[in-house]
Amino acid sequence: MSILSVEGLGKTFGGLKALSGVSFSVKKGEILGVIGPNGSGKTTLINCITGFVRPDEGKVLFKGADITHWRAHRIARVGVARTFQVMRPFYSLPAYKNLIIPLWSPRARKDGGWRGGGKHGDRDTVAIDILEEIGFERDSRVPYKLASTLPTGYLKRLELARCLALRPEVIFCDEVFSGLSASEVASMLPLIEKLKMGGITLVLIEHRLRELFKVADRIMALQFGEKIAEGHYKDVIEDPRVKEAYLGIEEV
Amino acid sequence: MSDGRDRKERIDRGIKVRSDGLYAVSSLREMLYLSGPRILLIAGLLLLPLLLDPFPYWKRVVNILCVYALLAIAFDFLANCVGLVCLGGSMFIGLGGYFAAVFNVHLHLPIYLSIPAAALAGAVIATLLILPCLSLRGVYFAIVTLMYPLLFTRVIEAFDLLGGSNGITGLDSFPGTNLENYSILLILLAVLFGLRRVLNDDIGLVMHAVKDNDQSVRASGIDVVGIKALAVFIASFIGCLGGAYLAHVYMWAGLSLFALDFSIIPIAAVTIGGGGVLFGAVVGCLILVPLSEFLRFFGTFRIVLYCTVLTAFIVLKSEGLMPYCTRKYEQFERWADA
Amino acid sequence: MEILLFGVINSVTLSLTALGFTLVYGISRLPNFAHGALYVTSGYIVWLCVNTLGLNYVLGIVVGIVATAIIGALMYRLIILRIRGMQISEIIATYAIGLAIIEGLRWGGLRGSTFTLPSFLAGSFEIGGIAVDYQRLFVLGSGVVVFAALGLFVKYTKTGLALKAIAQDERAAMMLGIDSDRKALVSFALGSGLSAFAAVLILPLGSIVVETGYNVLIYSIAVSIIGGLGSWGGAIVASFIIGFAQILTEVFLSTQYQMVISLLAIIVTLLLKPSGIFGKQKELDDRV
Repeated sequence: MSILSVEGLGKTFGGLKALSGVSFSVKKGEILGVIGPNGSGKTTLINCITGFVRPDEGKVLFKGADITHWRAHRIARVGVARTFQVMRPFYSLPAYKNLIIPLWSPRARKDGGWRGGGKHGDRDTVAIDILEEIGFERDSRVPYKLASTLPTGYLKRLELARCLALRPEVIFCDEVFSGLSASEVASMLPLIEKLKMGGITLVLIEHRLRELFKVADRIMALQFGEKIAEGHYKDVIEDPRVKEAYLGIEEV
Repeated sequence: MSDGRDRKERIDRGIKVRSDGLYAVSSLREMLYLSGPRILLIAGLLLLPLLLDPFPYWKRVVNILCVYALLAIAFDFLANCVGLVCLGGSMFIGLGGYFAAVFNVHLHLPIYLSIPAAALAGAVIATLLILPCLSLRGVYFAIVTLMYPLLFTRVIEAFDLLGGSNGITGLDSFPGTNLENYSILLILLAVLFGLRRVLNDDIGLVMHAVKDNDQSVRASGIDVVGIKALAVFIASFIGCLGGAYLAHVYMWAGLSLFALDFSIIPIAAVTIGGGGVLFGAVVGCLILVPLSEFLRFFGTFRIVLYCTVLTAFIVLKSEGLMPYCTRKYEQFERWADA
Repeated sequence: MEILLFGVINSVTLSLTALGFTLVYGISRLPNFAHGALYVTSGYIVWLCVNTLGLNYVLGIVVGIVATAIIGALMYRLIILRIRGMQISEIIATYAIGLAIIEGLRWGGLRGSTFTLPSFLAGSFEIGGIAVDYQRLFVLGSGVVVFAALGLFVKYTKTGLALKAIAQDERAAMMLGIDSDRKALVSFALGSGLSAFAAVLILPLGSIVVETGYNVLIYSIAVSIIGGLGSWGGAIVASFIIGFAQILTEVFLSTQYQMVISLLAIIVTLLLKPSGIFGKQKELDDRV
């Protein structure tokens, strides 16, 4: 049973076809990895699905409902969250206050999952809980620091935490591993696994293939806005078109 | 090396070493320290009409001061808490004033109904007018709000609407000068503390986040346009309240309600008093409005003066007086060894 | 025929006045709310040169344009450069400067119809039974010339190309060794100079009144919003739309509706296509 399916999504910027006819679907609890060289339309794909860019053609179905031209905040409210490639935390707020914003959203309030019905203090506690879950040390000063003073590793986690605060069903992660050191990535991987265990569906867009292949159940490869391969990672990297996209055309 | 004493050291006062808004107040002195400035402000404002009793002219100035303070609070709220720069504060005054006039003169509502009704109606209209540009970021809001008061003036003048350039006369005045004074003072204090409460609440945080990074707010499942519209509604309600009051004080609503002063003095007051803290706006008005009464003789030159002071403050002391004083109030300074 | 002719003239006038604003915004992302003020100032400077200093009219015009450009440059160097990047402060500062200039001129006595500039070319001629004075025709011609010159400047000179580069991506331009502050200064001076140029062309058609400052600002803003902030082509198309709309309302309704028409145009634009007719639809950037 697929939780989210995309049919023939297309988007043109000026004369440039950023996406054309991309179709795929994700099953509940699955981790789908999306790879592709720079400019192959990965981020545009996320933007189109999550409503930050209006797609020109195609459909996005979430649990059977057509969410194609919904506005971004509505899509987030039904449970499709995303992170940004260029991190966009609220720099002027402390890390834990960053989470108050998603916790304040109608989804988090109505869902009743968080104890915070509206009381000020409750949301703060929930925020700290989420941060701890995602790898901020509860007893340190880190969760209370201004986001602008945090290093990249924490900011990437904060992006994820902001998604988690929405209690999403699907998370689109735009390059969460990029810019992190090997050890930081190594500590992120179990986190991703943990989210999967929690029943969250993840779509990871990644350049760090080795790490991605460790966690992803399925891989989809994009080039020039088109899907060129899909399947188990071993099959995908053996695909001649994927090889060509990454290595260039071999001259015989 | 030197003989010591060559570095100014700043130490936060003990009570301010706090963790996230939590701090223990252990003595009367500390309580006084914390609430002193607030009490001073409230008491000062409330006593002002009594102190000025022998000078009826200046009692009226206090009313106008309060109206300007309301506008300045609205501007500060929009600019520094939501990130929308409103260059046409006089639009709110004008809308509130004209609505009050229509409600009072044409519909015969009593004064205590016409003011809130006018504020509400004005706020609704202002929000609707501004709504189209709320989905855009950046300078659009400033541009559109700049245009509206000028357009209103032209339209009213050109079509001879609402009394044309003569305005609408014959509004009820307040039953007494004390009521006149204290009603606006209480409104001001209520708005001041009420708005501060809103800002310290989670919704204030969301508004702040909109200013910081609206994309992330959208990704968090919150309607940015809705939040902005709410903020504009609150601000224009405050502004229109002032306008409706002013129309009743003057017993007249006319084109001068759209005057430039109502747009520029609040901006200048916020810049001088310090943005982001609503009290700064009030402090700025306390300085500027009496000054402007002294300079009444100079006519439009006053505006030149405000603009110069305003620009100088932005360039040279952009934090403003209020944050500066707060900082000084909360820190010891002493010379220390380097 | 009459509508067509006056529509074109009106449109070119509008686009000339709006050009300075659009140029500065397009290059350095600065909304210059002092635009209208600079426009009036240049007219006043020319008037001073001619009537008080007794200079030659042509010389006076040159002085006026250069002086306004210098005022613009100083404004940027002394004030705006220090608050670059703080958008709220930028908006407030340019607005305050503009107001200070306009109201200062008003206080200085720039009222009534005593301040007029003579037209360069007196007299008029008839096309198909409609009298058109030479000055308007001159405005039309020089407008076209300015647009062409500006286009060539941006395309073929080094400074022009640098300005274009900054307009597209300031950071990348800086990495290529373009001093973005200096170029912004140039753009500010250029924009001020252009508004002065427009002023000396157009002001002889009427008298110099301070209210012109506000009108010019409003129309420039209207034109740039409808055309898409920062897009020159859009600004020209938009000024034709507003220009013709004004003439049409003047002919079929009455002059009072002119202001309303431009307001309506702005609101409709914001509702339908907020980034303007030719605005680059940077959806992640400008649209919330």
